[in-house]
Amino acid sequence: MNWTWFHRLASPPHVYRLATRLAPWLYAGAALGIAYGLIAGLFFAPPDYQQGDAFRIIYVHAPSAWLSLSAYTTMALAGAVALVWRIKIGYAVAAACAPIGASFTIGALITGSLWGRPMWGTYWAWDPRLTSELILLFLYFGIISLRQAFDDPARGDRAAAVLGLVGVVNVPIIHYSVQWWNSLHQGATLAKWAKPSMPGSMLVPLLSVLLGFMLFFGAVLCTRLRAEVLVRERQSNWINEMVSIP
Amino acid sequence: MTPRRKRLLIVLGILGGVGASVALAVMASRENVMFYFDPSQIAAGQAPHDKRFRVGGMVVKGSVVKTSSQVHPDEIDVRFVLSDFQHEVPVKYSGVLPDLFREGQGVIAHGQLDANGTFLADEVLAKHDEKYMPPEVAGSLKKQHAGVMSGGAAPKSTAAESAAAGSAPMGAAQMNAVPTAPVSSNVPTT
Repeated sequence: MNWTWFHRLASPPHVYRLATRLAPWLYAGAALGIAYGLIAGLFFAPPDYQQGDAFRIIYVHAPSAWLSLSAYTTMALAGAVALVWRIKIGYAVAAACAPIGASFTIGALITGSLWGRPMWGTYWAWDPRLTSELILLFLYFGIISLRQAFDDPARGDRAAAVLGLVGVVNVPIIHYSVQWWNSLHQGATLAKWAKPSMPGSMLVPLLSVLLGFMLFFGAVLCTRLRAEVLVRERQSNWINEMVSIP
Repeated sequence: MTPRRKRLLIVLGILGGVGASVALAVMASRENVMFYFDPSQIAAGQAPHDKRFRVGGMVVKGSVVKTSSQVHPDEIDVRFVLSDFQHEVPVKYSGVLPDLFREGQGVIAHGQLDANGTFLADEVLAKHDEKYMPPEVAGSLKKQHAGVMSGGAAPKSTAAESAAAGSAPMGAAQMNAVPTAPVSSNVPTT
């Protein structure tokens, strides 16, 4: 098997060009997935037998929450790859992931709070699921600020990657919090080894929004990664050649 | 050992160390992190009388009595009985109830026990489960369930599904451990 394509992923100019080419397709796919999912979910899916139309906030809440976790995992993996194999582009990917993941976390917390008020009777409870998701947000903030806290950017990158790895234990805690403790939050509807607890008419729009959010994450990651690479490689020849006026 | 291998081991070591310590902390905190008791534990006298804690259970059908409050005219006093299908505890609460509060629903009340064994709640939160379905489906499940009760031979999976649809104030696994859980007790009359 030819691994050239894989090894080239460590090369900043290659990654820059790849991100430039991928981004428009990812944005287009994201727009389609989110548009179809939201229209189908908000207008055509049947209301829930208990919660009525209020359950429809799931079409924004659950994908945000899933992405808050997968963005974190992506960031931690990229940091680990950079730490172990000294592949610098990994730090750039990790740096690009953090603010996107933090935004998804804020989205999940806010929509969850708006959902909790009418259904549970409270905006916020110090519940295991809610608290661990809040800790995830603080982890993101900590990682973003730690990266910028050093004069030497390389040290900041390493420190942020280590903190990211330490924080990865929070990801399974968030996922299993609803099983391990007496949580106010309900259990998993989809992410489990069983049939989803939802009929297809509700499920398909949800999966569509989820796919759209994933593509959107990929698209924003491409955009941010290009900016990261430009800043990090600003002394290199390929950028000077690219931006020099002929 | 190559430097790369060493770095990999350091990273795995950090992960393993943090993971193990967090796992220990999680296991240690599982029992008491929420100050949570179910009606059986209260009946067994395990719940404190001078401390605030949470109690979770199902609102027993027909137990909800609402009267307008003497103190705050815009609020209502509510009395209801919480059950975990083995023991029951009476609850008194005044204030606004969440939308999902209804008979047969899983709720969590936060408050204190009085001397008579009544739980004086200052917060009542309703819990819903991870199942979502259109009202028609819930209705037909209920009809099938009625068939089961009257001796009809409904498919086994339907009964199991609707039993699992009962909102569990505790984890779903613990819920399944309750042997006398009535089937689809939380499907409301629509």
